[in-house]
Amino acid sequence: MSTDHASASPLLTTPLDALHRELGARMVPFAGYAMPVQYPAGIMAEHLHCRAQAALFDVSHMGQASLHGAGAAAALEALVPGDIAGLKPGRQRYTLLTMPGGGILDDLMVANAGGEQLFLVVNASRKAVDLAHIAAHLPAPVRLEAHDERALLALQGPAAAAVLARLAPDSAAFPFMGFGPLAIAGIACLASRSGYTGEDGFEISVPAAQAEALARALLAAPEVQPAGLGARDSLRLEAGLCLYGNDIDETTNPIEAGLGWVIGKRRKAEWNFPGAAAIRAMLEDGPPRLRVGILPEGRAPARAGTAILDAGGAAIGQVTSGGFGPSLGAPLAMGYVPARLAAEGTPLHLLVRDKPLPARVAAMPFLPHRYIR
Amino acid sequence: MSETRFTKDHEWVRLEGDVAVVGITDHAQEALGDVVFIELPEPGRDVAEAEACAVVESVKAASDVYAPLAGHVVETNAAIVDDPGLVNRAAEGDAWFFKLRLADRAAFAGLMDAAAYAAFLETA
Repeated sequence: MSTDHASASPLLTTPLDALHRELGARMVPFAGYAMPVQYPAGIMAEHLHCRAQAALFDVSHMGQASLHGAGAAAALEALVPGDIAGLKPGRQRYTLLTMPGGGILDDLMVANAGGEQLFLVVNASRKAVDLAHIAAHLPAPVRLEAHDERALLALQGPAAAAVLARLAPDSAAFPFMGFGPLAIAGIACLASRSGYTGEDGFEISVPAAQAEALARALLAAPEVQPAGLGARDSLRLEAGLCLYGNDIDETTNPIEAGLGWVIGKRRKAEWNFPGAAAIRAMLEDGPPRLRVGILPEGRAPARAGTAILDAGGAAIGQVTSGGFGPSLGAPLAMGYVPARLAAEGTPLHLLVRDKPLPARVAAMPFLPHRYIR
Repeated sequence: MSETRFTKDHEWVRLEGDVAVVGITDHAQEALGDVVFIELPEPGRDVAEAEACAVVESVKAASDVYAPLAGHVVETNAAIVDDPGLVNRAAEGDAWFFKLRLADRAAFAGLMDAAAYAAFLETA
């Protein structure tokens, strides 16, 4: 068995690095950062605790930025298919940076912070690419500001709202995908009611210098336990959410990824975002392949890269994310299959260690989302 | 009490007559995290030294378990297939993986003893 974690170049650390080590985290390299993959409780317990009560994640490796100035929304609309001009102050939306050929440069959250300012959260592994891309396409009055000085915490789970309401009474008024300033335990933060677990919860942007005080205040609540990237991955997989680099990338058309819903109604009339022609063509002609959920029938997990076979044994696609779902109590996966084999219940095989294991196409999310509505 | 020896791949090997009982060490289960799936070799299979012959999967990743010595698989532990978490709870106890009738019983002496394995963990 190989149990060592290799690390090549010096890693960046988040403002919570010392706290992670104090809590006994196992640190691993991820997107150039030393990040906690798990704490002593372990991935299984951390995952289950998030679904039962509340978990605190450090996601400070993600890229935070803002766009300022008159025309910021129109400038971003030139790069994404979402309706950004129609995003009301205090509201957030999931969208995609699309490419001329219809591929996905990254997926991101965009919030209207009011006063001609948009607040963006992008993937850690893509932030350099994204910010350079956005900066290169801005008209003169619009300015991009990277917020490397801010940390990002995610408080997720059915008890998250009650915990936060004790430290920040105003948080109770946040609707799902609401965004705005929020003082938490006296610390000035920017919060959104969103997350990456399928549970109700908040993502909280905080100045780096106050991140540890905020984390300690949240961890002091009896309902809250820290959780690492391992649980974050198994939670998002059960929730059927895409991981950039696995389930979507520069070669993925949003339509085949099942992300056509991100295209705003007005944008579908205008078709004036990067890749619009290729995305429109796939929407109208139907995608040749589709991202689907897959449930193996046995107990063996099928990891990313596993070949998907049809009933006749022909290779027809690949698993893009796969593992074990602690709340499901069973293995689960997502991947791409030809559209004719994408219907729920379609029998497939997964080629795990050269053995074809029976599996079926399954509806996603694997567990119902429990967002506040 | 029979002697237990160890490999650099973090397996333990206990000799009972000419049969070696093989499992993964507590260090290995700790590093793997929550074990959710085990695949064991078919009894009757002949394995070469260092041949991958079992798989242990945690929530996060899959790892191979290697034959510490050449031999013939005579028995496997169904208990860990039914309850993979037993590997986390009793890695060096009830959660043995398989038993090998050794091709060369003398080769057992070439494995690390407990003190050597402890020293190996210090340097790893």
